[in-house]
Amino acid sequence: MQLFLEIGKYCRLLYEAIRSATEFKTYRKNLFSEMVKTGVDSLGIVSLAGFFTGAVLTIQTSYQFTSALIPKSTIGAITSQSMIIELAAVISGLVLAGRVGARIATELGNMRVSEQIDALESMGFNSVTFLVIPRVIAGILTFPIIYMATAISGIIGGAIVGYMTNTVTTYEFMEGARLYFFPWDVAFGVIKSFVFGFVITSISCYKGYFASGGAEGVGYATTRATVLSCIYVLLSSFVLAALLL
Amino acid sequence: MLEIKDLKKSFGDTLVWDNVNLTINDGTTLAIIGKSGSGKSVLMKHLNGLMYPDSGNVLIDGRNLNDLTYVDLRIVRQKFGVLFQGGALFDSISAFENVAFPLRYFTRKTEKEIRDRVMSCLEMVNLENIGDKGTSELSGGMKKRVGLARAIVLEPEYLLYDEPTSGLDPETSDEINDLIIHMSKNLSITSVVISHDMHSVLRVAEFAAFIDEQKLSWYGTIDELKKSDNKRLMEFTRASEYQI
Ligand SMILES: Nc1ncnc2c1ncn2[C@@H]1O[C@H](COP(=O)(O)OP(=O)(O)O)[C@@H](O)[C@H]1O
Ligand SMILES: [Mg+2]
Repeated sequence: MQLFLEIGKYCRLLYEAIRSATEFKTYRKNLFSEMVKTGVDSLGIVSLAGFFTGAVLTIQTSYQFTSALIPKSTIGAITSQSMIIELAAVISGLVLAGRVGARIATELGNMRVSEQIDALESMGFNSVTFLVIPRVIAGILTFPIIYMATAISGIIGGAIVGYMTNTVTTYEFMEGARLYFFPWDVAFGVIKSFVFGFVITSISCYKGYFASGGAEGVGYATTRATVLSCIYVLLSSFVLAALLL
Repeated sequence: MLEIKDLKKSFGDTLVWDNVNLTINDGTTLAIIGKSGSGKSVLMKHLNGLMYPDSGNVLIDGRNLNDLTYVDLRIVRQKFGVLFQGGALFDSISAFENVAFPLRYFTRKTEKEIRDRVMSCLEMVNLENIGDKGTSELSGGMKKRVGLARAIVLEPEYLLYDEPTSGLDPETSDEINDLIIHMSKNLSITSVVISHDMHSVLRVAEFAAFIDEQKLSWYGTIDELKKSDNKRLMEFTRASEYQI
């Protein structure tokens, strides 16, 4: 019962957001700063996560393929394809569920409990237009870029580790990566990152926007936002794979 | 004129308001007094549609809030300036920008006109030197004063104050009291002051409404309040004389 109430409230918030999405000039300024905070500021951490994921993949693959019959380029193919299809999107999604989700829920939660949202509404603003829309749009627009940055750093990470451990030359690695590069895989990853961007930001906005009960309530909302974001990233990744692959 | 008719409100199982009727005439200052947790803030939030009654009506200049679309409600809300309990300043922008905020979005003023208007509002609350200070650098009393400057910047007809003096030292409280009096006398604003500070109430208000046990248990002028022999009201006023 509680669950249905929550879903209803979440959908109403989204409905309100979509309905007022045309009031572009109200949230133009916020959209820009949100894209910086969600996108640009996250590039460092996701690149790092991508780099090490690619590195580990390369080491593991070469560890598992000991047979001399398998060409070395296969390592590059497996690393890059795994990054592009699944890992780059999911890893960056999970990292950002923590980073972006927690930030959004804390920001909006604080604004709720200190009555800043009430103040916005009292002035005659639509607080959803003002606060929720720019955050969700920023998520949808920047996540694909973040996904690509993660995938590229993963491939670079794999190539560098392959070279440093003398398991595969950079040339062989890149040859494998190129041979098994399919544009559809990238499209799939981009679609996934769109969905993750939407899921993470909308859930976190929802949790923050309806936070209650002082500082403790904000903490609770933040925890729920990150946990739910992680769960729904994994869930939607599964659903998309089942639907699209 | 603000009218509350047969208002009932509960949150889950807790009944907060059971059948309230209250009229606030133009140009007057009404104090709503009562213990903390008695529902004063909830009542205030019904006046500009931040909350809706479970049953009953709220009328603003004769227009029923229940009948308004959200777009119309947002226009009606601009008749109100609200000073929230902690000031509710936007903490991502400076004090100056907080006051300028409604002007930037709801008027077509030039940068210079905005500057002039903000400065004159800040002067009114004696904070003309606040400059570009961030909100975290301000004391509690300063936050409330900036909040008040922001509340009056669009020249509202009604001002709602949620515990304007709570948490302040007596001297700062008196400054705020002077400001409230100034706003209602010089700008002829209709004011609703929510408070449990009787010293402040006696100074600023013309009428008082005392809430007790989910109801408006007493209503009258300040002179009547001083002479009243309502037992619960006397207990409340006496208790608040000893509090700081
Ligand atoms: N949004 C809300 N959800 C649930 N309960 C609320 C909400 N706002 C206020 N209450 C409850 O209503 C009662 C009155 O609160 P309030 O109006 O803030 O009191 P006060 O007179 O101190 O301003 C309290 O018991 C409070 O817990
Ligand atoms: Mg209160």
